Amino acid sequence: MSVTYKSSPSAYFTLGDDIHDTKAPAGPVEKKWATRKFEAKLVNPANRRKLTIIIVGTGLGGAAAGATLGEAGYNVHNFCFQDTPRRAHSIAAQGGINAAKNYRNDNDSVYRLFYDTIKGGDYRARETNVYRLAEVSTQIIDQCVAQGVPFAREYGGLLDTRSFGGVQVQRTFYARGQTGQQLLIGAYQALERQVAAGTVTMHARHEMLELIIHKGRARGIVTRDLISGEIEAWYADAVVLATGGYGNVFFLSTSAMGSNVTASMRAHRKGAYFGNPCYTQIHPTCIPVTGEHQSKLTLMSESLRNDGRIWVPKDPADAEKDPRKIPEEDRDYYLERIYPSFGNLVPRDIASRQAKYMCDDGRGVGPLVTEVTQEGVEQQRRRGVYLDFAEAIGRMGKKAVETKYGNLFDMYAQITGEDPYETPMRIYPAVHYVMGGLWVDYDLMSSITGMYVLGEANFSDHGANRLGASALMQGLSDGYFVLPNTINDYLAAGPFEKIDESTPEVIDAVNDAFDRIDKLLAVDGTRTVDSFHRELGSIMWEYCGMDRTEEGLMIAIDKIRALREEFWTNVKVCGTNEDFNQTLERAGRVVDFMDLGELMCIDALHRRESCGGHFRRESQTEDGEALRHDDEFAYVAAWEFTGDGQKPVLHREPLKYEAIELKQRSYK
Amino acid sequence: MASTTLSVHQKALRSNVVKKAIMAVTGLVLIGFLLMHMFGNLKIFIGQHAYNTYAGWLQSDLLYPLLPEGWFIWLFRIFLLVCLVLHIYCMIVLWGASLHGRGPRYVRTNRKEQTLSSKLMRWLGISLAALLLFHLSMFTIGWIQTGYVYDHSDPYTMFMGAFSQWWMVLIYALFVTVVCMHVRHGFWSAFTTLGANVGPGARNVLNGLAYFVAALLFVGFILPPLAVLLGMV
Amino acid sequence: MKITLKIWRQANKDAVGGMKTYQLDDVSEDMSFLEMLDVLNEHLTLANEEPVAFDYDCREGICGMCGVVINGAPHGRYNSPIPTTTCQLHMRCFKDGDVIEIEPWKTGSFPVVKDLVVDRSAFDRIIQAGGFISVNTGSAPEAHSVPAPKRQADRAFDVATCIGCGACVAACPNGSGMLFTSAKITHLANLPQGQPERRLRVKAMVAAHDENGFGGCQNVGECASVCPKLIPLESIGQLNRDLFASLLRGDGKAIAGS
Repeated sequence: MSVTYKSSPSAYFTLGDDIHDTKAPAGPVEKKWATRKFEAKLVNPANRRKLTIIIVGTGLGGAAAGATLGEAGYNVHNFCFQDTPRRAHSIAAQGGINAAKNYRNDNDSVYRLFYDTIKGGDYRARETNVYRLAEVSTQIIDQCVAQGVPFAREYGGLLDTRSFGGVQVQRTFYARGQTGQQLLIGAYQALERQVAAGTVTMHARHEMLELIIHKGRARGIVTRDLISGEIEAWYADAVVLATGGYGNVFFLSTSAMGSNVTASMRAHRKGAYFGNPCYTQIHPTCIPVTGEHQSKLTLMSESLRNDGRIWVPKDPADAEKDPRKIPEEDRDYYLERIYPSFGNLVPRDIASRQAKYMCDDGRGVGPLVTEVTQEGVEQQRRRGVYLDFAEAIGRMGKKAVETKYGNLFDMYAQITGEDPYETPMRIYPAVHYVMGGLWVDYDLMSSITGMYVLGEANFSDHGANRLGASALMQGLSDGYFVLPNTINDYLAAGPFEKIDESTPEVIDAVNDAFDRIDKLLAVDGTRTVDSFHRELGSIMWEYCGMDRTEEGLMIAIDKIRALREEFWTNVKVCGTNEDFNQTLERAGRVVDFMDLGELMCIDALHRRESCGGHFRRESQTEDGEALRHDDEFAYVAAWEFTGDGQKPVLHREPLKYEAIELKQRSYK
Repeated sequence: MASTTLSVHQKALRSNVVKKAIMAVTGLVLIGFLLMHMFGNLKIFIGQHAYNTYAGWLQSDLLYPLLPEGWFIWLFRIFLLVCLVLHIYCMIVLWGASLHGRGPRYVRTNRKEQTLSSKLMRWLGISLAALLLFHLSMFTIGWIQTGYVYDHSDPYTMFMGAFSQWWMVLIYALFVTVVCMHVRHGFWSAFTTLGANVGPGARNVLNGLAYFVAALLFVGFILPPLAVLLGMV
Repeated sequence: MKITLKIWRQANKDAVGGMKTYQLDDVSEDMSFLEMLDVLNEHLTLANEEPVAFDYDCREGICGMCGVVINGAPHGRYNSPIPTTTCQLHMRCFKDGDVIEIEPWKTGSFPVVKDLVVDRSAFDRIIQAGGFISVNTGSAPEAHSVPAPKRQADRAFDVATCIGCGACVAACPNGSGMLFTSAKITHLANLPQGQPERRLRVKAMVAAHDENGFGGCQNVGECASVCPKLIPLESIGQLNRDLFASLLRGDGKAIAGS
């Protein structure tokens, strides 16, 4: 389908040179990791304690890397903004973790997990990284079991698995609905063991504000002590960012309130390329927004779609009616109608988008929410669709439904005050995960020498869309097994030249951090930080959410630029730097979210195709499905920062598919 | 704070949990003693001879000739005293830990599990110690004599004399009430500290038993003086 | 609805704190408790007053970061029909015109950082003492080489759900951290992988518990009653049994305490 564009997206960016990953060795994909591990330079155990590694973040990636590098004998400094490393938001993952163990004897294999991940990512992920992810997945389970992670077991004492995320094998290991919590606690305990052993020094309630680069190498960070406000510089031979995802750019998301993009954006401004920032995963089964005060959205496991039926009233006038009193013939089970073979189990992005369309159409349910359309018209819409268990309760009995979904129903009842056994639940999509992140090579090194990026913070393994139960796998894979076997190749040349507080680059970084804080405190305007963040979020959600158009994205960019301008003239940040000042913390994060939001829109604008979580209205099949353009866009978009108010530079990393053939997905 | 030269094992041996265990074991010994004492008191209903013979047997004949005459009662008293001293010592140390652990006071507290006896446990213990001293001064040592002349060979008469006075019965009732409240939480807590609380079922059983033992002690101890006062003996 | 808030304000660790009263007129019953505090802070900011500091992160009841004492009970336990974290307590649990008292965790081992924020690093130090299984990355055997009986694995899971929020200590009249410590002991004691270090672990963690200034357990049961994750009181029984049994053995005799 050809599209006419109203103006050239290149007004927003300039095209730079193509880039390539130079670290993955040649040879068949299944041999690459072994070859790389063999070829990487080693660090003598006696020299490791002379090498300092800074790790920012203590989620699955950061805690696992901290523990493992500590065990290896490096001098590790680990930072997190929470009060203890155990709080990182990996803890909130519910479903499970994939591993190609093939315990079920159902034809699973490393190759199949690799294939499913590439396909699930809509052919926008790098083959080499994904194969390695599938390969080490089995070791992750071994490691976590040995740490005492209480995975679900069968009566015989062996591990139970279930199928998850629409794949046809049962490869997902889980610990009830709290798999992320259990895995994180395992990694946290391993980390604390190294703290006790003296190899890891933990700095909780510290936020990274700047990256220190000296002679082309990442050599340290500048942090703010969130209790005292003290600005400190820390030096190291390598810096690792494991700072999670940036879903909070939408203000409302399933991320933790503190999740932010500051560390990544600070690194981006100093030369780290940002990969595919527009790839956002929107999860269809979240509890809808109830009002303007809302701070956070809560996810309910996707498993609900196995037995629940999704519908909206055919007639918008029925929106306020008691749903139980709406007769069958007046209900539109739209997913079952549009996708008869997959029904309510269509992939996340499709289920999400259809819910949006139904509500756009005025057929949503729940409270009326005031919103401004892309055309600038204020309107009222209901943002919710029914997820109905009446049929399931009739078929299986209330008891069986309770056994299977009891904890989710309780959670829903606690948050909404409604009894889901009696009335249908209301759900609406919410931002859940970001596939984009800082660009890294096969070794997980960013475009800044000596700076590594792990987990959700990097762009590497999920392409344009992530499969269920793969986020935990990637975080732990990067932290336990990948980074500790690649960082040595770089550190073998260290320790690097000593730097201290008199090094010009350090002075500059510290001054930059101070200047930014002073600037924030000096504005003393009339709008709160959260009101800016909310407005940014609503712009992003409206124009860079489930359904993106060229026109809309251009509007969004203008709006974000105007918002940024207003922010710097009218924001109100109370208090001082030398104090526990949560407003100041949030203000600094919102600044970076605004810059990121603009970059996301530019990325979304330039990618004139639909793929995975990125849906461009101009690029769809005749049936209204996502349409990729492999001839034009089979590449990673890696964005280079060139200065405030300057056009970013796009570097393309062409994606080569040698092991897998590109195909258009179909769920009809 | 413990010195850094201690091994992990030594620190664990000096931990609050071990002190709690010592309190538990000594407390249970003292509850055992109370049950025995109560049982002996009930002999008042059989008569002067039975009562005095029992007392005499305790004081001189028990374990004779395995031990020289009259030794058992002293060994037993020393044993009880050691238990009591250990119990009080651990209580003082743990109280200190509690004061530190608890930190600053809340403006408002709303505690649903705390019973009156558990809340007042330490104060009950202190009152108990004071009342015990009074009790021993009367019947064991004879420093206080009211309504009777001290004669350790005729405790029956002392008992009758003391408890024909209504205010003595009142003080005694207070004493027994304090004992029983202390035992009510103490019994449950001792077994729980020693690891007997293995689940909600065990929790109910232990709590039930605690109420039962406390009630038994209350009835068993209060009946004889009450009977004396009411002229039923 | 209209709510009167009495909130503990304390400038820093060493400052003297006190209750301060605020009125909120625009509270919706759909708000979570922390969203209600967000609204208060928006008002305070615009009125040029310092916002109330309080900890929060996931706002879905799993990270353990939030937690304040509401009307005398941690996480507002007795305002909620079911056990909850503060972030999952909703304003529909309150009535128009209610007076709500909010205080930080007040215990000797969690010093106040500011207002409602406390320092719970003592919990990390208890874990550092032995709340782990010593297995370096890469040295793990095949996951199925050691089966774990399901019932025990389930029991391990039941207590492994502890979120380290500190409500148990905040509720305890003695400021004891026994429920937290025993949850980890019970978790690892119920798995075959936890057995080799079991005796040393319980000794070391109990020693660390005391060294970090927590009080002794009096078996009152407030802790389990307010626990948002329903860690049962009998976990403490497991800890005690493990400790007594381990004291008969020599583990930890050669290791100097931290």
